[in-house]
Order: sequence, then C-alpha cells, then structure tokens
Amino acid sequence: MKPMTALLGFIVFAATLTVSAEESGLRLEPAPARRLDVLSLQRGARNFVNYCLNCHSAQYMRYNRLTDFAIGEQEIRDNLMFATDKLGSTMTVAMPRADAVAWFGAAPPDLSVEARVRGKDWLYSYLLGFYRDEKTVTGWNNLVFHNVSMPHVLWKLSGVQRLVETEYEDEGKAEAAVVAAEGLALAERINDHKYVVKTLTLEGAGTMRPVEYEAFVADLVNFLDYIGEPVRNERIKIGIAVLIYLGILLAFAYVLKRAYWKDVH
Amino acid sequence: MQKLLNWIDERFPLTALWKSQVAEYYAPKNFNFWYFFGSLALVVLVMQILTGIFLTMSYKPDATKAFESVEYIMRDVAGGWFIRYAHSTGATAFFMVVYLHMFRALLYGSYRRPRELLWIVGCFIYLALMAEAFFGYLLPWGQMSYWGAQVIVNLFSTVPIIGDDLGIWIRGDYTLSDVTLNRFFAFHVIAVPLVLLILVAVHLMALHEVGSNNPDGVEIKDTIDPVTGHPVDGIAFHPYYTVKDLVGVVVFLIFFSIVVFFWPDGGGYFLEANNFIPANPLQTPDHIAPVWYFTPYYAMLRAVPSFLNSQFWGVLVMGAAVVILFFLPWLDRGRVKSIRYRGSLYKGWLAAFVITFLILGYLGVVPVTVWGQFGEKIPVVGTADRATVIVRVLTVIYFLFFILMPWYTARDKTKAVPARVTGK
Repeated sequence: MKPMTALLGFIVFAATLTVSAEESGLRLEPAPARRLDVLSLQRGARNFVNYCLNCHSAQYMRYNRLTDFAIGEQEIRDNLMFATDKLGSTMTVAMPRADAVAWFGAAPPDLSVEARVRGKDWLYSYLLGFYRDEKTVTGWNNLVFHNVSMPHVLWKLSGVQRLVETEYEDEGKAEAAVVAAEGLALAERINDHKYVVKTLTLEGAGTMRPVEYEAFVADLVNFLDYIGEPVRNERIKIGIAVLIYLGILLAFAYVLKRAYWKDVH
Repeated sequence: MQKLLNWIDERFPLTALWKSQVAEYYAPKNFNFWYFFGSLALVVLVMQILTGIFLTMSYKPDATKAFESVEYIMRDVAGGWFIRYAHSTGATAFFMVVYLHMFRALLYGSYRRPRELLWIVGCFIYLALMAEAFFGYLLPWGQMSYWGAQVIVNLFSTVPIIGDDLGIWIRGDYTLSDVTLNRFFAFHVIAVPLVLLILVAVHLMALHEVGSNNPDGVEIKDTIDPVTGHPVDGIAFHPYYTVKDLVGVVVFLIFFSIVVFFWPDGGGYFLEANNFIPANPLQTPDHIAPVWYFTPYYAMLRAVPSFLNSQFWGVLVMGAAVVILFFLPWLDRGRVKSIRYRGSLYKGWLAAFVITFLILGYLGVVPVTVWGQFGEKIPVVGTADRATVIVRVLTVIYFLFFILMPWYTARDKTKAVPARVTGK
C-alpha cells in the first residue's frame, strides 16, 4: 500500500497548489445568498423583473418556473409578467441586439447562467461596486469590472459612491489594507515601490439605506444564482437519497463478497 | 430453459463463450485495490454510452442551437440535468479510472511479456478516449468548447507545408463553425465510440488469452493443479471477481454520485465557468485551459519554445509523450515485473514520473505566470516565467523515465520472486 499512500500524498499536495493560485488583488464581498430562502427568492424575482428585465434577458428561464418560489400562476401573471401572456414563455426582452450594441457599446448579456460564469460573490460585489466617474461615457465606473459599459441603473436606490485611493509603499501593507477594509477593496501594483488600494465611500444618499440596498442586491443575486441552475435544490435532495441507497447496497455487496470468498485461501 | 439454451448452443457458442470468458476464466486470487479499475472502466464506458444516447435525443448539433439545447436539457427535459451531469462527470471519471488502471500496469509490470499486445491495445484505447473527449467537449458550444477546439485544431495547422490545408480539412471551413460542430458530433456519437467498443472487446479477448497479471508479477499458469487442470492460484472470474468487483462498483458509484449530485462542476475543473458563455468567435477568452485530463500534455505544448519560426516542435513533443507509451514493453529490461521485487532505481524513477505528471497537470491548468518570473540577475533563465522553466525540466524528466528505462531497469538490484503468489 506504500505507493498508494504516496500517490494520495501527491494529490493532496497538488490540491494545495490549486488553492494558492486563486489569490488576486481584489477582495470580493461574499454574497449572503440562500437558495432555500423562498421569500428572498420572491423578492429577487420582483427586483429582477422590475429593474433588470428591460435590458437583460434570461432567455432559458420560463415564467412558470417562478412557481418554485411558492408564487401562484395568477400572481405571476398579475405581478411579474409584463412582456408576454404565456406562462410557459421564457424571460426575453424586446430590445433588439443591434440597438443594444449601438447604445451601450456591448449588448447586455443574457443572465440565465451568468451566476455560473461569474459566481454569486462576484455578482454581489459587482452590484455594490459602482461609483461615480466623470471620465467614462456613462458617468459610472465599477471597482469589480473596470470601465464596464453598463450604467449604474440602481443609483437612485443605492445613492452615489466615490472612489478612494490610498497609496502604500510595499505589497504587504497594501494587502493588509485590503484585508482590513470594510466592504470592497482592490489592490493594484503601480511599480515595485508604489501600490494603490481602492475602496469606495458613500457621497450622496439614495432612497435606501446602505443595509437595505445590500439586502436588495442580495435577493437579486440569490435569484440569479437560482436561475443559473434551477434544479440545484432538487439535485441535492435526490443526492442524499441516492447516497443512503448506495450505502445500504454497499453493505449487502460486501456481505455477498465475504460469503463467496470464504473458501479462497 | 435448458432446451432453449441447447437450441442456441447448437447454433451459437453461447455457453462456451460464457465459460471461456467468465465462468471458467481463471484469474489470480491475489488482486488488490489497483485491480478494480479495469472493471470500473468498463462500467464507466457503459454509463457514458447510455447517458450519451439520452443526451442525443435532446441535443441539437447546430451552432445557433447547441448551447440553448444544453440549457434546455438542464431545465426542461425530465431528468435531463442528471443525464447531463452524469455524462460530464463520466468523462472525468473515465480518465481518472483509466489513469489509475495504467498506473497499475506500471506498478506491477502488466505490460511485460506476454502482455505486450494487451498493453498496445490499451494505449490505442487511451488515444481513442482522448479523441472522444476532445470531440465531445466542442458540443456544448461554450467559449471554452470553442477556443479549446481552436487550440487543438491549430496544432495540426503547425505541421510544415501542409499545415494550413490540414487545418481547413479538419474544420471543413476556414474557421471553427457549424460545419465543424456537425462533424465533431458525428465523430463523438458514432465513429469514435464504435472504435472504442471494438478496441475494448479486443483488449478483453487479449487479456483472457494471456491471463491476468497480479501484484506479484508471477505467472499463475506456471503452477497447474494436476487434478483440475486449473492454475492453483487462480479462481474463477465468476462468481469470485464478479462479486468482488460489485463492491468496487458500488464504492465507485458513491464517489461518482457525490460529484454528480453535490459538486457537478468540480470547482470549475469538470465544467468550466467560461463554458457557460456561448461560443463567440470574435472574443478570445483571457485564459484558455483544457479540461484537467489533458493538462499534463498541454503544459508541455506551451513550454516548448518555437524554433526555426515554427511552433511544430511543441506538437511533436506532446505527440511523442503519448506515443512513447506504446514502446514500454520493450523499454523495460527488468528481471522482475512487480514493484514488490524491484530495486530502488525503478521505484525512484516511477515516483519521479508520478510527481512529474501531477505537477505538469497542475501547471497546464494555470497561466504560465502563476509562479512569477526569475530575477533579472540569474543567468540563462533571468526574467523567464518560473513555471515555464519548471515545465521544461519536468518534460525532460518525463521522457527520461522512458528513455533511460532500459538502463536503470537492467541495473536495478531486484529481490527474488517467489514461485507462487503471496498473500496480500
């Protein structure tokens, strides 16, 4: 069994290498998204339909799938469907792609599987990361996605943030500042003796307090995460049953093997 | 029932086949952990074919519909998500099982005489499996599918003189397009699986002709029981190994289910995040990495410098790294087969080879800048990417394992091999 132990050792070693490679200068805010929280998903669906679905489609997500969140079909028709009257339709938008490219420089991406591309922490941080920047075409910039072509459509809710840049002489201090910062923080290397840590500060209040806005975004991200893989809750539920079944089967298979192998010496 | 069987046996050797291949195939009684992976590979093959058939019922090999049809399978087809995850996890499982199966051969000298042909057929299976995985990976038509295939097809374009034409011939177009997707679909669902099935059948027939090796590397056919005429240390494959392999299959299914139901994207290594973006021929992703099972070779490919204005050398090195496996039976000059009786030379080289393969695999996943650059003041390698230099060194070790094998296996201080198999 020695070679096997050695092999396992190397696999563990390789796994630790993988972990260390995922570091970067950006510290994302972990999204407080809970996929079993039906109320949060309901609010997220409402936020998505009201604020995102004008430009962003979710063309693989059907309206009737919203019944997963304990919303009745009539409620979906009355409150969440504006662009179609068929419950089985997918969440598409009326904006032609060519127009979108002309207006924004890039067509707003479909958001069906965006959470699987970016991850929910990224989406959460991104929606919290907008700040005022007069140098860009839209007047907005983003700490997570530099020079993004999407304007900050939620600014009335969130209020206006400004960028704060602090210079540090060495990498260690910059990294420490990123760790110590509350909220989003990004360290950038200018040269060997100059590091800039970027953080955000609220300049003008919106209609929501920061905590409320964060909760609003968390619900929205929860919804996006859900529609990225609507089957996930079911998958995990079935998976537990499958493992219990296989565990029992293993016991029987092992006893059977023992019984047959009794006469092998 | 017996009448029906007799009727069939008069027209087809059903009972004879069952006896020769299963019920009266005598396998060594001392198989250990490493001997589970052959039967597991067969199980995974069957699973891939079954899930593949059901995927084909809903998948559309059309550049404008492929990505959408995969999401349709994931959301609207009953049980579609399970079929798809089982298939994508199956690809990873297939390579894991096959790599462990091949490693077993290295441990116990299973490729040695009289099993040279068995090993060679196995190498062809490995090649077919790589082709199968490559063609299949294009089908979801995501960014990684598209650009991964682009990278591989471009390898053929580096062949001197005919390269450009060869690339067009493979793609069927000037760029990777709908035409390419359709032919890759044809290769993935029928051409390569057919080859794979035939090769597996030949592999099994060859195995049952020469008999299985075992952890001691002793030929059980050398000690025959005079009464029964069967090897003393052999036991019938059925029922002994069918019931034992059943345990292995259930344990495997437990690991497999953990991935399928709780971790289907494998942290981005089994299903890559960028592959959830539809293929876009106009936008190259920042970082293209193949799926984990190709990364050791991909690392070599990236690290070989261009020479005489050609990238072809990297392709040659990568190809040679696979082809050299075929020569293993003749490179090994050891007096013993099993690692149990080998000396420290072979053990050391094998350990180095395994470490090399794993580190190459890791470095093939990450960008070349992962470990930074060497300082400017260091001669020769100054300012070069550390990872690239390390891959070059490891590539040399990978090849030395094979090239020096005739020398170090012949010189190795081996232990005496017992006449019959030992216990575990």
